[in-house]
Amino acid sequence: MVELSGGPLLEVDGVTLQYRTKRNLVTACYRIDFEIHRSDRFVILGPSGCGKSTLLKATGGYIAPVEGEIRLNGAVVRRPGPDRMLVFQEFDQLLPWKTVRQNVVFALTASGQLKGREADERAMHYIDKVNLSKFADSYPHTLSGGMKQRVAIARGMAMEPEILLMDEPFAALDALTRVRMQDELLALWEETRFTLMFVTHSISEAVKVGSRILLLSAHPGQVRAEMNSDGSDPEGPDGMRLSARIERMLFHEGTPERETENV
Amino acid sequence: MSEAVKHAMPVQRATTARPEFVREVTDTGYGVVEKPLGVFETLWGNAGLRKVGVLVFLACLWQAYGLWVNNDLLMPTFTQTVAALWTDVASGRLPAAAAASMKVLLQGYVAGLALAAILTALATASRIGSDLLDVLTAMFNPLPSIALLPLAMIWFGLGDPSIIFVLIHAVLWSVALNTHAGFRGVSPTWRMVGRNYGIGQIGYIWSILIPGAFPSILTGLKIGWAFAWRTLIAAELVFGSSSGGGGLGWYVFENKNSLEIPSVFAGLLTVILLGLVVENLVFRTVERLTVQRWGMQQ
Repeated sequence: MVELSGGPLLEVDGVTLQYRTKRNLVTACYRIDFEIHRSDRFVILGPSGCGKSTLLKATGGYIAPVEGEIRLNGAVVRRPGPDRMLVFQEFDQLLPWKTVRQNVVFALTASGQLKGREADERAMHYIDKVNLSKFADSYPHTLSGGMKQRVAIARGMAMEPEILLMDEPFAALDALTRVRMQDELLALWEETRFTLMFVTHSISEAVKVGSRILLLSAHPGQVRAEMNSDGSDPEGPDGMRLSARIERMLFHEGTPERETENV
Repeated sequence: MSEAVKHAMPVQRATTARPEFVREVTDTGYGVVEKPLGVFETLWGNAGLRKVGVLVFLACLWQAYGLWVNNDLLMPTFTQTVAALWTDVASGRLPAAAAASMKVLLQGYVAGLALAAILTALATASRIGSDLLDVLTAMFNPLPSIALLPLAMIWFGLGDPSIIFVLIHAVLWSVALNTHAGFRGVSPTWRMVGRNYGIGQIGYIWSILIPGAFPSILTGLKIGWAFAWRTLIAAELVFGSSSGGGGLGWYVFENKNSLEIPSVFAGLLTVILLGLVVENLVFRTVERLTVQRWGMQQ
């Protein structure tokens, strides 16, 4: 184990990702570089089709880059593992044959982290953190969408991973619930300062949740900008708010030069 | 003119002038909020009870028709059948026959499940295994098991092994097909969740694939059971006489030969009853405790 207290936790180094559909070989993103440091709330923002979810899955170890490397603590990511816990957009990410508590406990025991009583205590600690203690013995199908996502977050945090990967976790929620979940997520971060990699297509969500925002251009995704955010959407020196600057970069400026288009 | 229209636009977007209002919600005076249903409504709402009602009605119809035909050899009445059933149950003949049938059935069923598990494992592990399962299922699933009985009798002689062979054929394909289809239908998100924990192959199959595919697996088990049960009775009717044990099919056949028609009916009734018991007690209970509890089936 290499302990890099000062260096980046996750390095994405010239990563190109491709996937095959029935007819085409699609380049999802091209030569992406970025670094995530400990306790970052690193948001990847981009329009549909910029390969941001693919990038997250590659970090999760589900897709191998065709070019470049992803390194966690200096070690190349090759397969999925419990040091990178995913929270998905889909409500069906909880296993329906397990109760809330069992879902979290199963993550801990299946990965060999904890056993028996200890696993149960850790699980209940995090279920309590997301305010679902009352529903610990309910099956997922009896919960609302927001509650399911909270269990998924509790499950991810209970594993105490190096980095928590979230793939548009609030996209399928109604607007009111979404705002509340964003607040809760930030409160949890205040408490434990976990490292977060968060994919979204919502500018306001990126500005609110992120401490650092990576902008990707569309199809294939390439790094457009990286900016800091303190959640307050401040006015920059040019008199524009952060969200307005992001919006202009994503939608109102001409598409970037396609000199690298060789699929 | 056009200027005026432009200015009028925001005004037009609002609806015609009506006052806004806010009301206090009262908590009295709306009559019934919740009221228990009457006795009759409660009973009528019970599906089991309604079905018992249908059964009673059918039994009455049978009794009436039997009395009208008034011919024991063609159509014994319900009461005669029940009497015959009671006599043969009391004498132990019918329970012995049912037990003999069950024993062979369970042997064939379990052997079929084991083979189905192996085939499905092959199909899940490799593409060629999957092709093998597809081709075999396409070939053998439409083939009625009973059609294999003559061949089985040549290969395994007259006895339980022949019946078990046809039973395996009855169970294997539907179970393997449904399990494999179920595995393929397991949500990609659950698969990713399972892999995220870094569990091994066996753990992955046991704790993700099997529970995830459980509704299909259960369907396969039920179809397999029904096929096996029918095949067994048919096989016993054909050559139960020589298979020593003497199951329910043989019981029916024997009583027909001695023109004990109420006993023939009693045998058929037993076949029906056992089928109902397994379907409603065993499979329904498993369903209630698993897929329904998990919200995977309504």
